[in-house]
Amino acid sequence: MPDPMRIRAQAAGDKTTVRVLMSHEMETGLRKDPAGKIIPAWYIQEVTAQLNGKPVLSAEWGPSVSKNPFLQFIVKGAKAGDKIAVTWRDNRGETRTDEATVS
Amino acid sequence: MKITRFAVIALLAAGTAQAQTPKQLDQQTAAMMRASFREQGIAKMDRLEQDAAQKACSQAKPPSEAVTKKIEAAELAAVKWPADGQFIGDWKEGEKLAQNGRGMTWTDASVAPAKNGAMCYNCHQIDKKEISFGTIGPSLWNYGKLRGVADPADPASAAIVKYTWGKLWNSKAYAACSNMPRFGHAELLNEQQIRDVMALLLDPKSPVNQ
Amino acid sequence: MRSTRLMAAIAAATAAVVAVPLLAQTQQPKSAADGLAEYRKMLEDGNPAELFEAKGEDLWKTPRGPKNASLQACDLGLGPGVVQGAWVQLPRWFPDTKKVQDLESRLLTCMQTLQGFDAAEIARTPFDKGEQAAVTALAAWISSLSRGMKMALPQKHAEEKRAYELGKRAFFYRGGPMDFSCASCHGEEGKRIRMQDLPDLTKNPGNGVGFAAWPAYRVSSGEMWSMQRRLNDCFRQQRFPYPGFASDVTVALAVYMGVNAKGAESIAPAIKR
Repeated sequence: MPDPMRIRAQAAGDKTTVRVLMSHEMETGLRKDPAGKIIPAWYIQEVTAQLNGKPVLSAEWGPSVSKNPFLQFIVKGAKAGDKIAVTWRDNRGETRTDEATVS
Repeated sequence: MKITRFAVIALLAAGTAQAQTPKQLDQQTAAMMRASFREQGIAKMDRLEQDAAQKACSQAKPPSEAVTKKIEAAELAAVKWPADGQFIGDWKEGEKLAQNGRGMTWTDASVAPAKNGAMCYNCHQIDKKEISFGTIGPSLWNYGKLRGVADPADPASAAIVKYTWGKLWNSKAYAACSNMPRFGHAELLNEQQIRDVMALLLDPKSPVNQ
Repeated sequence: MRSTRLMAAIAAATAAVVAVPLLAQTQQPKSAADGLAEYRKMLEDGNPAELFEAKGEDLWKTPRGPKNASLQACDLGLGPGVVQGAWVQLPRWFPDTKKVQDLESRLLTCMQTLQGFDAAEIARTPFDKGEQAAVTALAAWISSLSRGMKMALPQKHAEEKRAYELGKRAFFYRGGPMDFSCASCHGEEGKRIRMQDLPDLTKNPGNGVGFAAWPAYRVSSGEMWSMQRRLNDCFRQQRFPYPGFASDVTVALAVYMGVNAKGAESIAPAIKR
Protein backbone atom coordinates (compact mmCIF):
# COMPACT_ATOMS: atom_id res chain seq x y z
CA MET A 1 0.00 0.00 0.00
CA PRO A 2 1.67 3.27 -1.11
CA ASP A 3 2.34 5.93 1.54
CA PRO A 4 -0.43 8.47 2.18
CA MET A 5 -0.52 11.95 0.67
CA ARG A 6 -0.69 15.11 2.76
CA ILE A 7 -3.55 17.28 1.57
CA ARG A 8 -4.51 20.73 2.84
CA ALA A 9 -7.44 22.72 1.44
CA GLN A 10 -8.02 26.28 2.58
CA ALA A 11 -10.97 28.41 1.47
CA ALA A 12 -10.54 32.18 1.00
CA GLY A 13 -13.78 33.65 -0.35
CA ASP A 14 -14.72 31.86 -3.54
CA LYS A 15 -11.25 30.39 -4.12
CA THR A 16 -9.92 27.34 -2.31
CA THR A 17 -6.20 26.62 -2.45
CA VAL A 18 -5.41 22.91 -2.35
CA ARG A 19 -1.87 21.78 -1.52
CA VAL A 20 -0.90 18.16 -2.04
CA LEU A 21 2.34 16.43 -1.10
CA MET A 22 2.67 12.97 -2.64
CA SER A 23 5.07 10.27 -1.55
CA HIS A 24 6.54 8.68 -4.67
CA GLU A 25 10.04 7.75 -5.96
CA MET A 26 9.31 9.17 -9.45
CA GLU A 27 12.14 7.15 -11.00
CA THR A 28 12.85 8.42 -14.53
CA GLY A 29 14.09 5.13 -15.96
CA LEU A 30 17.29 6.84 -17.09
CA ARG A 31 19.37 6.39 -13.94
CA LYS A 32 21.80 3.52 -13.44
CA ASP A 33 22.56 1.71 -10.21
CA PRO A 34 26.17 1.36 -8.91
CA ALA A 35 26.48 -1.90 -10.93
CA GLY A 36 25.59 -0.05 -14.14
CA LYS A 37 22.11 -1.48 -14.57
CA ILE A 38 19.21 0.81 -15.48
CA ILE A 39 16.81 1.47 -12.58
CA PRO A 40 13.37 0.82 -14.05
CA ALA A 41 11.01 3.75 -14.64
CA TRP A 42 8.43 4.19 -11.91
CA TYR A 43 6.43 7.38 -11.92
CA ILE A 44 2.95 8.84 -11.50
CA GLN A 45 1.15 9.05 -14.83
CA GLU A 46 -2.25 10.38 -13.84
CA VAL A 47 -3.51 12.69 -11.12
CA THR A 48 -7.18 13.49 -10.60
CA ALA A 49 -8.97 15.59 -7.99
CA GLN A 50 -12.61 15.69 -7.01
CA LEU A 51 -14.71 18.17 -5.07
CA ASN A 52 -17.55 16.40 -3.27
CA GLY A 53 -17.26 13.58 -5.82
CA LYS A 54 -17.23 15.88 -8.86
CA PRO A 55 -14.04 15.90 -10.99
CA VAL A 56 -12.27 19.27 -10.90
CA LEU A 57 -8.75 18.45 -12.08
CA SER A 58 -7.04 15.85 -14.19
CA ALA A 59 -3.35 15.82 -15.04
CA GLU A 60 -0.98 13.65 -17.07
CA TRP A 61 2.46 13.44 -15.55
CA GLY A 62 5.73 12.00 -16.77
CA PRO A 63 9.23 11.21 -15.54
CA SER A 64 10.27 14.88 -15.43
CA VAL A 65 8.23 15.46 -12.28
CA SER A 66 10.43 15.28 -9.19
CA LYS A 67 10.49 12.75 -6.40
CA ASN A 68 7.90 13.38 -3.66
CA PRO A 69 6.01 15.82 -5.87
CA PHE A 70 4.18 18.85 -4.56
CA LEU A 71 1.01 19.95 -6.35
CA GLN A 72 -0.89 23.14 -5.67
CA PHE A 73 -4.10 24.23 -7.40
CA ILE A 74 -7.02 26.58 -6.87
CA VAL A 75 -10.62 25.42 -7.18
CA LYS A 76 -13.65 27.71 -7.30
CA GLY A 77 -16.97 27.21 -5.60
CA ALA A 78 -15.79 25.17 -2.63
CA LYS A 79 -16.68 26.04 0.95
CA ALA A 80 -15.58 24.93 4.41
CA GLY A 81 -16.66 21.37 5.11
CA ASP A 82 -16.50 20.23 1.49
CA LYS A 83 -14.44 17.13 0.64
CA ILE A 84 -11.44 17.22 -1.68
CA ALA A 85 -10.21 13.83 -2.89
CA VAL A 86 -6.96 13.36 -4.83
CA THR A 87 -6.00 10.18 -6.69
CA TRP A 88 -2.74 9.27 -8.39
CA ARG A 89 -1.98 6.27 -10.57
CA ASP A 90 1.54 5.22 -11.65
CA ASN A 91 3.04 3.26 -14.54
CA ARG A 92 3.04 0.07 -12.44
CA GLY A 93 -0.72 0.38 -12.00
CA GLU A 94 -0.37 1.29 -8.33
CA THR A 95 -2.78 3.89 -7.06
CA ARG A 96 -3.51 5.94 -3.98
CA THR A 97 -6.48 8.11 -3.00
CA ASP A 98 -6.59 10.48 -0.04
CA GLU A 99 -9.16 12.95 1.14
CA ALA A 100 -9.20 16.23 3.02
CA THR A 101 -11.85 18.59 4.29
CA VAL A 102 -11.83 22.20 3.15
CA SER A 103 -11.18 24.49 6.10
CA MET B 1 48.77 2.99 29.06
CA LYS B 2 46.89 1.17 26.35
CA ILE B 3 43.57 2.84 25.59
CA THR B 4 41.09 0.17 24.58
CA ARG B 5 37.92 1.01 22.69
CA PHE B 6 35.76 0.20 25.73
CA ALA B 7 37.83 2.42 28.00
CA VAL B 8 37.57 5.23 25.49
CA ILE B 9 33.77 4.97 25.33
CA ALA B 10 33.80 5.08 29.11
CA LEU B 11 35.79 8.32 28.87
CA LEU B 12 32.84 10.21 27.46
CA ALA B 13 30.36 8.34 29.63
CA ALA B 14 31.99 8.52 33.05
CA GLY B 15 30.81 11.28 35.33
CA THR B 16 33.86 13.17 36.51
CA ALA B 17 33.29 15.59 39.34
CA GLN B 18 35.89 18.27 38.69
CA ALA B 19 36.69 20.37 35.61
CA GLN B 20 39.31 19.01 33.25
CA THR B 21 42.61 20.75 32.51
CA PRO B 22 43.20 21.87 28.91
CA LYS B 23 45.87 19.18 28.52
CA GLN B 24 43.46 16.47 29.70
CA LEU B 25 40.81 17.73 27.29
CA ASP B 26 43.35 17.64 24.44
CA GLN B 27 44.22 14.05 25.28
CA GLN B 28 40.56 13.10 25.56
CA THR B 29 39.92 14.69 22.15
CA ALA B 30 42.70 12.67 20.55
CA ALA B 31 41.32 9.49 22.08
CA MET B 32 37.78 10.41 21.03
CA MET B 33 38.87 10.96 17.42
CA ARG B 34 40.60 7.58 17.28
CA ALA B 35 37.63 5.76 18.78
CA SER B 36 34.86 7.49 16.83
CA PHE B 37 36.05 6.78 13.30
CA ARG B 38 36.64 3.68 11.21
CA GLU B 39 38.24 3.19 7.83
CA GLN B 40 35.96 3.15 4.80
CA GLY B 41 37.07 2.56 1.21
CA ILE B 42 40.19 4.58 0.49
CA ALA B 43 39.76 6.67 3.66
CA LYS B 44 42.07 4.97 6.16
CA MET B 45 42.56 5.74 9.84
CA ASP B 46 46.02 7.24 9.21
CA ARG B 47 44.16 10.29 7.88
CA LEU B 48 43.54 11.25 11.51
CA GLU B 49 47.28 11.38 12.26
CA GLN B 50 48.29 15.01 12.32
CA ASP B 51 51.58 16.37 11.03
CA ALA B 52 53.19 19.43 12.61
CA ALA B 53 51.30 21.95 10.49
CA GLN B 54 47.91 20.35 11.07
CA LYS B 55 48.54 20.02 14.79
CA ALA B 56 49.65 23.63 15.23
CA CYS B 57 46.61 24.92 13.35
CA SER B 58 43.97 22.94 15.24
CA GLN B 59 42.95 25.64 17.70
CA ALA B 60 40.55 28.56 17.48
CA LYS B 61 43.55 30.91 17.78
CA PRO B 62 46.43 30.81 15.28
CA PRO B 63 49.85 29.63 16.49
CA SER B 64 52.56 32.05 17.64
CA GLU B 65 54.73 34.02 15.22
CA ALA B 66 57.68 31.73 15.97
CA VAL B 67 55.75 28.52 15.35
CA THR B 68 54.21 29.98 12.18
CA LYS B 69 57.60 30.86 10.73
CA LYS B 70 58.99 27.43 11.62
CA ILE B 71 56.13 25.64 9.88
CA GLU B 72 56.32 27.81 6.78
CA ALA B 73 60.05 27.20 6.46
CA ALA B 74 59.64 23.44 6.81
CA GLU B 75 56.78 23.33 4.29
CA LEU B 76 58.74 25.46 1.79
CA ALA B 77 61.71 23.13 2.11
CA ALA B 78 59.41 20.23 1.22
CA VAL B 79 58.21 21.74 -2.06
CA LYS B 80 59.15 19.67 -5.13
CA TRP B 81 59.92 21.88 -8.11
CA PRO B 82 59.26 20.47 -11.61
CA ALA B 83 62.16 18.17 -12.56
CA ASP B 84 62.34 19.43 -16.15
CA GLY B 85 61.85 23.09 -15.24
CA GLN B 86 58.52 23.13 -17.09
CA PHE B 87 56.05 25.15 -15.03
CA ILE B 88 53.27 25.76 -17.52
CA GLY B 89 50.89 23.22 -19.10
CA ASP B 90 47.51 23.45 -20.85
CA TRP B 91 44.98 25.99 -19.51
CA LYS B 92 42.06 24.11 -21.09
CA GLU B 93 42.92 21.09 -18.92
CA GLY B 94 43.47 23.47 -16.03
CA GLU B 95 39.92 24.79 -16.32
CA LYS B 96 38.56 21.22 -16.31
CA LEU B 97 40.57 20.48 -13.19
CA ALA B 98 39.40 23.69 -11.54
CA GLN B 99 35.76 22.69 -12.16
CA ASN B 100 36.21 19.16 -10.83
CA GLY B 101 35.73 18.66 -7.09
CA ARG B 102 35.93 14.88 -7.10
CA GLY B 103 38.41 12.60 -5.45
CA MET B 104 39.85 11.25 -2.21
CA THR B 105 36.54 10.66 -0.39
CA TRP B 106 35.49 7.24 0.84
CA THR B 107 33.08 7.00 -2.12
CA ASP B 108 35.92 7.44 -4.60
CA ALA B 109 37.50 4.33 -6.05
CA SER B 110 41.20 5.22 -5.92
CA VAL B 111 43.76 7.64 -4.48
CA ALA B 112 45.49 8.06 -7.86
CA PRO B 113 45.90 11.82 -8.52
CA ALA B 114 44.89 11.32 -12.16
CA LYS B 115 41.37 10.65 -10.89
CA ASN B 116 41.22 13.79 -8.75
CA GLY B 117 40.00 17.28 -9.50
CA ALA B 118 41.71 20.45 -8.26
CA MET B 119 38.35 21.76 -6.95
CA CYS B 120 39.48 25.39 -7.34
CA TYR B 121 36.01 26.88 -7.99
CA ASN B 122 34.84 25.51 -4.65
CA CYS B 123 36.73 28.35 -2.97
CA HIS B 124 37.84 30.80 -5.66
CA GLN B 125 36.53 32.95 -8.44
CA ILE B 126 38.76 32.21 -11.46
CA ASP B 127 37.29 32.74 -14.96
CA LYS B 128 34.63 35.47 -14.71
CA LYS B 129 32.35 33.42 -17.02
CA GLU B 130 31.84 30.98 -14.17
CA ILE B 131 29.32 32.49 -11.75
CA SER B 132 29.24 29.48 -9.45
CA PHE B 133 32.35 30.13 -7.40
CA GLY B 134 33.20 30.09 -3.72
CA THR B 135 34.55 32.87 -1.52
CA ILE B 136 36.68 30.96 0.97
CA GLY B 137 39.76 32.04 -0.99
CA PRO B 138 40.46 35.30 -2.86
CA SER B 139 39.40 35.92 -6.45
CA LEU B 140 41.98 34.75 -9.00
CA TRP B 141 40.45 36.63 -11.90
CA ASN B 142 43.22 38.22 -14.03
CA TYR B 143 45.79 36.44 -11.81
CA GLY B 144 48.69 36.60 -14.29
CA LYS B 145 47.63 39.91 -15.84
CA LEU B 146 47.49 41.73 -12.50
CA ARG B 147 50.98 40.50 -11.71
CA GLY B 148 52.38 41.71 -15.03
CA VAL B 149 53.03 38.21 -16.41
CA ALA B 150 53.05 38.74 -20.18
CA ASP B 151 55.30 35.73 -20.74
CA PRO B 152 55.74 33.10 -18.00
CA ALA B 153 59.10 32.08 -19.50
CA ASP B 154 60.46 35.62 -19.09
CA PRO B 155 63.03 35.83 -16.24
CA ALA B 156 61.10 38.88 -15.00
CA SER B 157 58.17 36.57 -14.22
CA ALA B 158 60.28 33.87 -12.57
CA ALA B 159 59.47 34.93 -9.00
CA ILE B 160 55.70 34.92 -9.59
CA VAL B 161 55.83 31.63 -11.48
CA LYS B 162 57.85 30.05 -8.69
CA TYR B 163 55.55 31.42 -5.96
CA THR B 164 52.45 30.15 -7.79
CA TRP B 165 53.92 26.66 -8.17
CA GLY B 166 54.99 26.67 -4.54
CA LYS B 167 51.55 27.80 -3.38
CA LEU B 168 49.80 25.09 -5.40
CA TRP B 169 52.27 22.43 -4.30
CA ASN B 170 52.22 23.41 -0.65
CA SER B 171 50.04 26.34 0.40
CA LYS B 172 51.38 26.19 3.96
CA ALA B 173 54.83 27.20 2.76
CA TYR B 174 53.42 30.74 2.60
CA ALA B 175 50.65 30.63 5.22
CA ALA B 176 51.09 28.04 7.94
CA CYS B 177 47.37 27.58 8.64
CA SER B 178 46.11 28.11 5.09
CA ASN B 179 42.68 26.61 4.39
CA MET B 180 43.95 25.52 0.96
CA PRO B 181 44.94 21.85 0.52
CA ARG B 182 48.59 21.06 -0.21
CA PHE B 183 47.94 19.69 -3.68
CA GLY B 184 51.44 18.46 -4.55
CA HIS B 185 52.65 17.64 -1.06
CA ALA B 186 49.59 15.50 -0.24
CA GLU B 187 49.68 13.82 -3.67
CA LEU B 188 46.24 15.16 -4.57
CA LEU B 189 47.47 16.27 -7.98
CA ASN B 190 50.45 15.15 -10.06
CA GLU B 191 53.00 17.42 -11.69
CA GLN B 192 51.19 17.59 -15.03
CA GLN B 193 47.92 18.54 -13.37
CA ILE B 194 49.63 21.31 -11.42
CA ARG B 195 51.23 22.56 -14.65
CA ASP B 196 47.76 22.73 -16.18
CA VAL B 197 46.37 24.73 -13.25
CA MET B 198 49.45 26.98 -13.50
CA ALA B 199 48.56 27.60 -17.16
CA LEU B 200 44.99 28.53 -16.23
CA LEU B 201 46.39 31.19 -13.92
CA LEU B 202 49.47 32.39 -15.81
CA ASP B 203 49.12 31.69 -19.52
CA PRO B 204 48.42 35.06 -21.19
CA LYS B 205 46.08 33.17 -23.54
CA SER B 206 44.07 31.75 -20.63
CA PRO B 207 40.54 33.21 -20.32
CA VAL B 208 41.52 34.19 -16.78
CA ASN B 209 43.94 36.80 -18.14
CA GLN B 210 41.70 38.42 -20.76
CA MET C 1 18.62 57.46 -15.11
CA ARG C 2 21.75 55.52 -14.37
CA SER C 3 24.83 56.08 -16.50
CA THR C 4 26.23 53.35 -18.71
CA ARG C 5 29.34 53.12 -16.55
CA LEU C 6 27.37 52.65 -13.33
CA MET C 7 25.19 49.95 -14.90
CA ALA C 8 28.29 48.14 -16.12
CA ALA C 9 29.81 48.32 -12.66
CA ILE C 10 26.66 46.89 -11.09
CA ALA C 11 26.58 44.08 -13.66
CA ALA C 12 30.23 43.25 -12.97
CA ALA C 13 29.75 43.41 -9.22
CA THR C 14 26.84 40.98 -9.25
CA ALA C 15 28.58 38.70 -11.75
CA ALA C 16 25.26 38.41 -13.59
CA VAL C 17 25.09 36.47 -16.84
CA VAL C 18 21.98 38.42 -17.92
CA ALA C 19 22.64 41.28 -20.37
CA VAL C 20 21.97 44.65 -18.74
CA PRO C 21 19.86 47.06 -20.79
CA LEU C 22 20.07 50.84 -20.34
CA LEU C 23 16.81 51.33 -18.47
CA ALA C 24 15.26 53.50 -15.77
CA GLN C 25 16.73 53.21 -12.26
CA THR C 26 14.11 50.65 -11.07
CA GLN C 27 15.51 47.90 -13.36
CA GLN C 28 18.24 45.86 -11.64
CA PRO C 29 19.89 42.70 -13.03
CA LYS C 30 18.95 39.65 -10.94
CA SER C 31 22.09 38.30 -9.31
CA ALA C 32 22.76 34.59 -9.00
CA ALA C 33 22.24 34.95 -5.26
CA ASP C 34 18.81 36.57 -5.77
CA GLY C 35 17.80 33.81 -8.18
CA LEU C 36 18.81 31.18 -5.65
CA ALA C 37 16.90 32.93 -2.88
CA GLU C 38 13.79 32.96 -5.07
CA TYR C 39 14.19 29.24 -5.78
CA ARG C 40 14.57 28.47 -2.09
CA LYS C 41 11.46 30.51 -1.26
CA MET C 42 9.49 28.53 -3.85
CA LEU C 43 10.57 25.29 -2.21
CA GLU C 44 9.30 26.24 1.24
CA ASP C 45 5.69 25.39 0.49
CA GLY C 46 5.14 21.66 0.43
CA ASN C 47 8.23 20.39 2.22
CA PRO C 48 8.42 16.61 1.66
CA ALA C 49 9.76 16.41 5.22
CA GLU C 50 6.08 16.31 6.18
CA LEU C 51 5.86 12.84 4.65
CA PHE C 52 8.64 11.74 7.00
CA GLU C 53 7.01 13.48 9.96
CA ALA C 54 3.87 11.41 9.34
CA LYS C 55 5.96 8.22 9.19
CA GLY C 56 7.84 9.20 12.35
CA GLU C 57 4.69 9.82 14.35
CA ASP C 58 3.42 6.43 13.28
CA LEU C 59 6.68 4.74 14.31
CA TRP C 60 6.57 6.40 17.74
CA LYS C 61 3.07 5.17 18.49
CA THR C 62 3.07 1.71 16.86
CA PRO C 63 4.18 -1.34 18.87
CA ARG C 64 7.19 -2.84 17.07
CA GLY C 65 10.31 -4.92 17.53
CA PRO C 66 10.98 -8.16 19.41
CA LYS C 67 9.25 -6.73 22.49
CA ASN C 68 6.29 -5.49 20.43
CA ALA C 69 6.24 -2.16 22.25
CA SER C 70 5.80 1.45 21.14
CA LEU C 71 8.26 4.26 21.89
CA GLN C 72 5.72 6.21 23.89
CA ALA C 73 7.62 5.64 27.13
CA CYS C 74 10.89 6.90 25.63
CA ASP C 75 12.52 9.69 27.66
CA LEU C 76 14.06 12.32 25.36
CA GLY C 77 15.19 14.43 28.31
CA LEU C 78 11.93 15.99 29.48
CA GLY C 79 10.44 12.81 30.95
CA PRO C 80 9.01 9.60 29.46
CA GLY C 81 6.81 10.30 26.44
CA VAL C 82 7.36 14.08 26.45
CA VAL C 83 8.22 14.99 22.86
CA GLN C 84 7.30 18.64 22.52
CA GLY C 85 10.30 20.82 23.33
CA ALA C 86 12.69 17.89 23.67
CA TRP C 87 14.54 18.52 20.38
CA VAL C 88 15.84 21.97 21.36
CA GLN C 89 17.43 20.58 24.52
CA LEU C 90 19.44 17.87 22.81
CA PRO C 91 22.17 16.70 23.18
CA ARG C 92 22.07 16.49 26.97
CA TRP C 93 23.16 14.26 29.87
CA PHE C 94 20.98 11.24 30.65
CA PRO C 95 21.25 9.73 34.15
CA ASP C 96 20.04 6.26 33.08
CA THR C 97 22.79 5.73 30.48
CA LYS C 98 25.24 8.11 32.22
CA LYS C 99 26.07 9.60 28.83
CA VAL C 100 25.58 12.80 26.91
CA GLN C 101 23.33 11.78 24.02
CA ASP C 102 21.94 13.41 20.91
CA LEU C 103 18.49 12.57 19.49
CA GLU C 104 19.64 9.68 17.29
CA SER C 105 21.72 8.16 20.07
CA ARG C 106 18.77 8.43 22.45
CA LEU C 107 16.45 6.82 19.89
CA LEU C 108 18.89 3.90 19.66
CA THR C 109 18.72 3.57 23.45
CA CYS C 110 14.91 3.57 23.46
CA MET C 111 14.59 1.27 20.45
CA GLN C 112 16.82 -1.21 22.25
CA THR C 113 15.52 -1.01 25.83
CA LEU C 114 11.82 -0.54 25.03
CA GLN C 115 11.41 -2.42 21.74
CA GLY C 116 14.24 -4.98 21.87
CA PHE C 117 16.06 -3.85 18.70
CA ASP C 118 19.85 -4.22 18.54
CA ALA C 119 21.24 -0.67 18.78
CA ALA C 120 24.68 -1.64 17.47
CA GLU C 121 23.05 -3.34 14.48
CA ILE C 122 21.04 -0.20 13.69
CA ALA C 123 24.21 1.91 14.04
CA ARG C 124 25.94 -0.32 11.49
CA THR C 125 23.01 -0.16 9.04
CA PRO C 126 23.54 2.25 6.11
CA PHE C 127 21.41 5.43 6.10
CA ASP C 128 17.88 5.05 4.70
CA LYS C 129 17.92 1.26 5.03
CA GLY C 130 15.95 -0.85 7.50
CA GLU C 131 15.71 0.62 11.00
CA GLN C 132 18.01 3.51 10.04
CA ALA C 133 15.12 4.82 7.93
CA ALA C 134 12.94 4.58 11.04
CA VAL C 135 15.42 6.61 13.09
CA THR C 136 15.45 9.35 10.43
CA ALA C 137 11.64 9.49 10.24
CA LEU C 138 11.41 9.63 14.03
CA ALA C 139 13.96 12.46 14.08
CA ALA C 140 11.88 14.39 11.53
CA TRP C 141 8.71 14.08 13.62
CA ILE C 142 10.33 14.70 16.99
CA SER C 143 12.10 17.84 15.76
CA SER C 144 8.86 19.09 14.18
CA LEU C 145 7.31 19.24 17.64
CA SER C 146 9.90 21.84 18.63
CA ARG C 147 9.45 23.98 15.55
CA GLY C 148 9.64 27.68 16.37
CA MET C 149 11.18 27.03 19.77
CA LYS C 150 14.58 28.36 20.71
CA MET C 151 17.71 26.19 21.04
CA ALA C 152 18.31 25.70 24.76
CA LEU C 153 20.82 22.90 25.30
CA PRO C 154 21.58 22.42 29.00
CA GLN C 155 25.16 23.00 30.16
CA LYS C 156 24.73 22.24 33.86
CA HIS C 157 26.18 18.75 34.19
CA ALA C 158 29.98 18.40 34.16
CA GLU C 159 29.71 15.93 31.29
CA GLU C 160 27.67 18.39 29.22
CA LYS C 161 30.39 21.00 29.74
CA ARG C 162 33.12 18.49 28.93
CA ALA C 163 31.30 17.45 25.74
CA TYR C 164 31.25 21.10 24.68
CA GLU C 165 35.02 21.37 25.18
CA LEU C 166 35.68 18.14 23.28
CA GLY C 167 33.30 19.22 20.52
CA LYS C 168 35.12 22.53 20.19
CA ARG C 169 38.47 20.78 19.83
CA ALA C 170 37.00 18.34 17.30
CA PHE C 171 35.61 21.31 15.36
CA PHE C 172 39.09 22.76 14.88
CA TYR C 173 40.85 19.41 14.32
CA ARG C 174 42.78 19.64 11.02
CA GLY C 175 43.23 16.29 9.35
CA GLY C 176 43.02 14.16 6.24
CA PRO C 177 44.89 14.65 2.95
CA MET C 178 43.31 18.08 2.49
CA ASP C 179 44.02 19.40 6.01
CA PHE C 180 40.35 20.25 6.52
CA SER C 181 38.64 20.85 9.83
CA CYS C 182 35.01 21.84 10.35
CA ALA C 183 36.38 25.36 10.80
CA SER C 184 37.91 25.34 7.31
CA CYS C 185 34.42 25.96 5.96
CA HIS C 186 32.39 26.93 9.01
CA GLY C 187 34.84 29.09 10.93
CA GLU C 188 34.27 32.44 9.26
CA GLU C 189 31.40 34.81 8.59
CA GLY C 190 30.06 35.40 5.08
CA LYS C 191 31.80 32.61 3.15
CA ARG C 192 30.44 30.13 0.66
CA ILE C 193 31.50 27.01 -1.28
CA ARG C 194 30.47 27.51 -4.92
CA MET C 195 27.01 29.05 -4.39
CA GLN C 196 26.29 27.41 -1.03
CA ASP C 197 26.41 29.87 1.86
CA LEU C 198 28.28 28.57 4.89
CA PRO C 199 27.12 29.52 8.38
CA ASP C 200 29.81 30.40 10.93
CA LEU C 201 29.26 27.65 13.47
CA THR C 202 31.77 28.98 15.99
CA LYS C 203 29.09 31.54 16.86
CA ASN C 204 25.30 31.76 16.85
CA PRO C 205 24.46 31.92 13.14
CA GLY C 206 20.88 33.07 13.79
CA ASN C 207 17.34 31.73 13.57
CA GLY C 208 16.82 28.71 11.36
CA VAL C 209 20.48 28.47 10.33
CA GLY C 210 23.08 25.77 10.93
CA PHE C 211 22.26 23.50 13.84
CA ALA C 212 18.73 24.96 14.00
CA ALA C 213 18.02 23.89 10.40
CA TRP C 214 18.53 20.13 10.64
CA PRO C 215 16.98 17.52 10.21
CA ALA C 216 16.20 18.68 6.69
CA TYR C 217 14.85 17.32 3.39
CA ARG C 218 17.41 17.64 0.64
CA VAL C 219 15.68 18.31 -2.69
CA SER C 220 18.79 17.54 -4.77
CA SER C 221 18.85 13.93 -3.61
CA GLY C 222 15.25 13.53 -2.46
CA GLU C 223 16.48 12.36 0.93
CA MET C 224 15.62 13.19 4.53
CA TRP C 225 18.84 13.99 6.40
CA SER C 226 19.23 13.91 10.16
CA MET C 227 22.10 15.78 11.86
CA GLN C 228 23.98 12.45 12.01
CA ARG C 229 23.68 12.18 8.22
CA ARG C 230 24.74 15.79 7.78
CA LEU C 231 27.87 15.23 9.93
CA ASN C 232 28.61 11.99 8.12
CA ASP C 233 28.64 13.76 4.75
CA CYS C 234 30.68 16.64 6.17
CA PHE C 235 33.40 14.19 7.23
CA ARG C 236 33.21 12.50 3.83
CA GLN C 237 33.81 15.85 2.11
CA GLN C 238 36.60 16.60 4.59
CA ARG C 239 38.24 13.38 3.33
CA PHE C 240 38.24 11.96 6.86
CA PRO C 241 37.61 8.30 7.69
CA TYR C 242 34.02 7.23 8.43
CA PRO C 243 32.43 8.56 11.65
CA GLY C 244 30.51 5.95 13.59
CA PHE C 245 26.77 6.57 13.76
CA ALA C 246 26.01 8.37 17.04
CA SER C 247 29.72 8.10 17.96
CA ASP C 248 31.22 10.37 20.62
CA VAL C 249 32.67 12.86 18.12
CA THR C 250 29.27 13.38 16.49
CA VAL C 251 27.58 13.98 19.83
CA ALA C 252 30.36 16.30 21.04
CA LEU C 253 30.17 18.35 17.82
CA ALA C 254 26.38 18.58 18.18
CA VAL C 255 26.83 19.90 21.72
CA TYR C 256 29.34 22.52 20.50
CA MET C 257 27.14 23.70 17.65
CA GLY C 258 23.90 23.47 19.63
CA VAL C 259 25.22 25.43 22.61
CA ASN C 260 26.65 28.09 20.27
CA ALA C 261 23.18 28.34 18.71
CA LYS C 262 21.52 29.09 22.06
CA GLY C 263 18.42 31.23 21.48
CA ALA C 264 18.26 30.54 17.75
CA GLU C 265 14.82 29.49 16.52
CA SER C 266 14.57 25.91 15.26
CA ILE C 267 12.93 25.45 11.84
CA ALA C 268 13.47 21.69 11.75
CA PRO C 269 12.60 19.73 9.78
CA ALA C 270 13.63 22.20 7.09
CA ILE C 271 14.11 21.99 3.32
CA LYS C 272 17.46 22.37 1.58
CA ARG C 273 18.71 22.42 -2.01
